[in-house]
Amino acid sequence: MTRMSNLACAFASAVVAALAIAGRATAAEDHHFEYEKQKWSFGGFFGQYDKAQLQRGFQVYKEVCSNCHALDRVYFRNLVQPGGPEFPEAGVKELAASWPYKPLAGPNDDGKIVDKKGNLLERPALLSDPILGPYRNEKEAKAAQNGAIPPNLSVMAKARDLHNGGFWVTHIAAMGKDVVNGYQEGGPDYIYNLLLNYAEPPANFKLGEGLNYNKAYPGNQIAMVPPLSKDNFIKYQDGKGSFEENARDVSAFLAWAADPALNQRKAMGWQVMLYLLITCVLLYLGKKRVWAKAH
Amino acid sequence: MSGPSTYEPKSNVSKWFDERLPVARLMHDSFVAFPTPRNLNYLWTFGGILMFCLVAQIVTGIILAMHYVANDQMAFSSVQHIKRDVNFGWLIQPMHAVGASMFFVAVFIHIFRGLYYGSYKAPREVLWILGVFILLAMMATAFLGYTLPWGQMSFWGATVITNLFSSLDGVIPGMGTAIVTWLWGGFAVGNATLNRFFSLHYLLPFVIFGIVILHVWALHVAGQNNPTGLDIKQPSDAVPMHPYAVTKDVFALFVFLIPFAYFVFFMPDYLGHADNYIEANPLVTPPHIVPEWYFLPFYAILRAIPSKLGGVIAMFSAIAILLFVPWLDTSRVRSTKYRPIYRWFFWYFAFTCCALGYLGAMPAEQPYVFWAQFFTFCYFAHFLLVMPIVGIIETPNKLPRSITESVLGKVSGSGGGGQMPAGATAGPEKR
Repeated sequence: MTRMSNLACAFASAVVAALAIAGRATAAEDHHFEYEKQKWSFGGFFGQYDKAQLQRGFQVYKEVCSNCHALDRVYFRNLVQPGGPEFPEAGVKELAASWPYKPLAGPNDDGKIVDKKGNLLERPALLSDPILGPYRNEKEAKAAQNGAIPPNLSVMAKARDLHNGGFWVTHIAAMGKDVVNGYQEGGPDYIYNLLLNYAEPPANFKLGEGLNYNKAYPGNQIAMVPPLSKDNFIKYQDGKGSFEENARDVSAFLAWAADPALNQRKAMGWQVMLYLLITCVLLYLGKKRVWAKAH
Repeated sequence: MSGPSTYEPKSNVSKWFDERLPVARLMHDSFVAFPTPRNLNYLWTFGGILMFCLVAQIVTGIILAMHYVANDQMAFSSVQHIKRDVNFGWLIQPMHAVGASMFFVAVFIHIFRGLYYGSYKAPREVLWILGVFILLAMMATAFLGYTLPWGQMSFWGATVITNLFSSLDGVIPGMGTAIVTWLWGGFAVGNATLNRFFSLHYLLPFVIFGIVILHVWALHVAGQNNPTGLDIKQPSDAVPMHPYAVTKDVFALFVFLIPFAYFVFFMPDYLGHADNYIEANPLVTPPHIVPEWYFLPFYAILRAIPSKLGGVIAMFSAIAILLFVPWLDTSRVRSTKYRPIYRWFFWYFAFTCCALGYLGAMPAEQPYVFWAQFFTFCYFAHFLLVMPIVGIIETPNKLPRSITESVLGKVSGSGGGGQMPAGATAGPEKR
């Protein structure tokens, strides 16, 4: 009978070995871009957004991204709320009133949705309005953008992720490492790398009409023109700023836009974990005491 | 297990009630005085944990349903609204989403515990079969629930899974298409589909609750299995459920809540897919359509079979085969602890399930397809070959004479333990 169990054991190890070989074969074929992971203030268990960084990031969004991309799941009021950029309310009121993409105001009391010149009736935005982009609908975006639709950036930082891959053992180990480290910043890391990795296409690369070469983008052909570059970046209010800083700050801002409750959630998370740990110890002692009578 | 009731009403009111509707007596006999084997390990705490999971999903789900809008134009936005603007929505939404995953973690452990200790063997066959039905209903509920946020994975997952039924066209031409159209409520996954999925997603948890009541009832008729697989034969084999099992279950539940809270507060999106943060778009197919992690082994089996209908049959068989486990396993001994050969196969089977899970997440290309086919074979071989054959050829190790002996070592004069021959433990019980 022990021979049988040895057989089973040998069989199992043969399978493991065979799987290992299979995994290695595929890892070599995968095309990979090495994403450079950033150290985010909101990463890890004690992570919280850096207010100043979100403010700088918003400036980049406003001066660059907002020319094409909407952010309409975020409201102007959110820019004031705790856990975000926390701009002063008066400033955001002014910002909303002067935002170039205005909410529709029609139909008016006469039932009209356009003024006498035929323009749509509009009104200045309030704190309670969403941060609109330049296009009213996808067709308008397509017409203006050579057939491409600039995606809404409201949840972009959650709609992208970095994927582990390769040989199955390292793949699973990498997943485990992410869980242990609480790594949730694949989205902002992706955006950061995307913004920095525009390049000239390799000589033998056939670039599609109206597309741009980007090393971090899956398939390498992206419709978006380089929004920032070494020579063309935003100077912050303190006069500083660089290409890389712009990319990092706007990625952090978009992370907040996608997950505005992070500060609150992580802060409460620790209280909950602490409560559970202490309760577990007490429950264990209680259980031990009860069972002492049974032995 | 259903001996004479030990419930004694303490006040005139409870006495009055007891003579009319003895609910308190039922609860006392089922959850206070109920004898539980004294040697249960922590794997036995997952029944209570699962009850918690079900209730937690129902409570968070009811709250979410107050704010969710089941409409193809508004569903995605309403989930964002819940996470951004509803009071504590940022907490309740991930509790529900992570809760589904934790529910499956617990149910898989519960099932593997049952498989290891032979909890499906007589007289617990009906108990086991009810459990398989609960698993099926859970999978349906989870699948329906995943479509509700109406992201890209929601939409395309719903499209792929409902389209499976079109394979029935191979049986009767036109039948599959007709069924798919009927399921969708139209000619594509759309608003009608989302609406009925929401309705069924709200209904099924209560169906699960109903089956759970039967499951617990069947458990309390047959009594709990235990690591030795021996029956309770003497008073010293058991301890009353309260306070013994209760204190242990509550402690285990709180330990379970630690990883639960970890994911809710620190990694709420880790168990989902980033593509589900892109609103459903019928015109754009995601590069890789993958289900939630708990469906991956079954997804691997589905894709392992070259024919579509064959794949669908294999996938459903992978669950249906569990219904026959009580009769496929020919061993006289319940607990794998005393089965020197089967033990190896059990762990290899656990490895098979994990391997299928990994392969289900990989693209449907070589060499993954080959390995998915290999492990699909292993999966079914475990039930159809290993269970019947090993049970016959294996000589079990010597069993302890009683539960008490297994806990306290040799006990002199320990009641009726010696009257039962070792190995005859799975025989019919007298009650």
